[in-house]
Amino acid sequence: MIRLFSVRLLQAILVMVAVTAIAFVMFRFVGDPVASMVREGATQAEKDAVRATLGLDKPVVVQFATFVGQVLTGDLGTSYRYQQPVTTLLLSRLPATLELVIVATVLALSLGIPLGVLCALKPNALLSRLTQSATLIGISMPTFVTGLLLILVFAVNLRWLPSSGRGDLVDIGVWQTGFLSLSGLKSLILPSITLALFQLTLIMRLVRSEMIDVLSSDYIRFAFARGLPRTYIYGRLALRNALMPVVTVTGLQIGQLIAFAIVTETVFQWPGMGLLFTNAVGYPDVPVLAAYLLFVGFLFVTINMIVDILYTFIDPRLRTR
Amino acid sequence: MATQSLMRRLPPVSVMVASLVVLIMLILVIFAPLIAPMDPRDVASYSLMDMEIPPAFMEGGDPRFLLGTDNQGRDLVSVILFGLRISVVIGLGAVVFAAMLGVVLGLIAGFFGGVVDGIVMRIADIFVSFPTILVALLISGIARAQLSAETMLAWAPLVLIFSIAINEWVQYARTVRASTMVEIARDYVRAAKVIGLPSARIMGRHILPNIMSSVMVIATINLAGAILTEATLSFLGAGMPPTYPSLGTLIRIGNQFLFSGLWWIAVMPATVLVILVLAVNVIGDYLRDHFNPKLMAR
Repeated sequence: MIRLFSVRLLQAILVMVAVTAIAFVMFRFVGDPVASMVREGATQAEKDAVRATLGLDKPVVVQFATFVGQVLTGDLGTSYRYQQPVTTLLLSRLPATLELVIVATVLALSLGIPLGVLCALKPNALLSRLTQSATLIGISMPTFVTGLLLILVFAVNLRWLPSSGRGDLVDIGVWQTGFLSLSGLKSLILPSITLALFQLTLIMRLVRSEMIDVLSSDYIRFAFARGLPRTYIYGRLALRNALMPVVTVTGLQIGQLIAFAIVTETVFQWPGMGLLFTNAVGYPDVPVLAAYLLFVGFLFVTINMIVDILYTFIDPRLRTR
Repeated sequence: MATQSLMRRLPPVSVMVASLVVLIMLILVIFAPLIAPMDPRDVASYSLMDMEIPPAFMEGGDPRFLLGTDNQGRDLVSVILFGLRISVVIGLGAVVFAAMLGVVLGLIAGFFGGVVDGIVMRIADIFVSFPTILVALLISGIARAQLSAETMLAWAPLVLIFSIAINEWVQYARTVRASTMVEIARDYVRAAKVIGLPSARIMGRHILPNIMSSVMVIATINLAGAILTEATLSFLGAGMPPTYPSLGTLIRIGNQFLFSGLWWIAVMPATVLVILVLAVNVIGDYLRDHFNPKLMAR
């Protein structure tokens, strides 16, 4: 157990060092940080002064060490575009992204698991067939096209729901939430459906195939032979085991989720971190790009580790290895 | 009897329809300048008089413009044909580049094993843990910061091909590595080693032809993904510029007119994109199931 954890921890640290190095190279060598900070028409002496205050005249190794120190204390530089600390920017956009991602994931899980079970138990029911063929189209439909079609139908033609922004927000301490106002909730509907759809497809197919596997195993047949109630067998015995891989895959899909959140936020002009990132690409706002990379890298590494560790707790067989 | 066994060997109807669709699209792409009613890059060939005409099958449509016109009076059929061309070329380019990179690295990793293998596969692990779109957006941002606007315009297709391929090579490398490890244990490779052939020749001339079929299957599955990634990047504004629009750029442009009721400017290129990706996916799935059952669904 301890060996497994320490190996995982070492790998995680290595990945983080690699990501930090890439972010450092971006900060330091992409574009000219000095040119973006001095006033127009500055003299060479002024530029040198800025260069010295930024520590850019020191050896690269020293600069990297300083950079790592800054990152560890949460200092990710200043955005070229907004002239604000990047950390503040990211944190102010975090609630929007988190609320969207959480609602989408809850939506995907609460629809995906029942539909997957249904497709496994009653493959010939009308609803199962409909879902099965819908997933085929769902896979080939890019997220931004789904979003566009939803906007076209529900915002442009029917005028039921807003197509962009977060609506009215309510401040709870530092957190601005859209959950507590009607327009906030209405604004959440279309983006969260768009983001949920791709997860939904994946979860549904996974639950279906796992459920079919589990149902053909011996212990389920014995449970039937013992005359246990069907709801108990399906709900407690079978589903519980079928859900194990869902935990892993949902955890590991976090990368895809971030990528699709970027697209969804851009389509619906949802003021989260993804939109901040796409705008930074066009500007180009290098500190924001580098900080986002660091943030995503950190998120991946942490979640992968948590999933790995969680799994050893859920599945006792892994502990002995 | 003969026809019956032939029937059984034929792929299902869906796959044949998909192949037909892809074939037609390829012909359209190759002969786009001859087929397109007008050249969208030639300002003289269209006029603002024709702007915002709905598709021909709708009320107020014009038989000259089958799918309607955009805000500048350009015929959407022509614009989409040229856009499709750019999308397909970038998709194919990314697949070829990724395959070459992945095959070479996979061969080397599988052939030499040990430390070389370890290094290549750990690099692959890092690449694969980041989603393609994220990496491609980062590369696009870096390219924008480093290159001037005009250089960026000229280099956009190459930057796109590079940024899509840099993430996708991992799949090829993993498969090729695994197959190479199987092949090097075979007699023909041992014989080649014994007679002292150089490693590069054994890899290229002897092992590669034997593992090419799985590479082709991955390439087909990958093509749909590459075209989608390109479209997404262009839609986000990090891909092809409006002067040389791909399907994604066209949808991005059309997106601005969604609220003016000019839905066809975005929906028509989007439909073509979805049909193309769906068709390639159907073919890819079929190939995967039939030629390489070991490959897992992504």
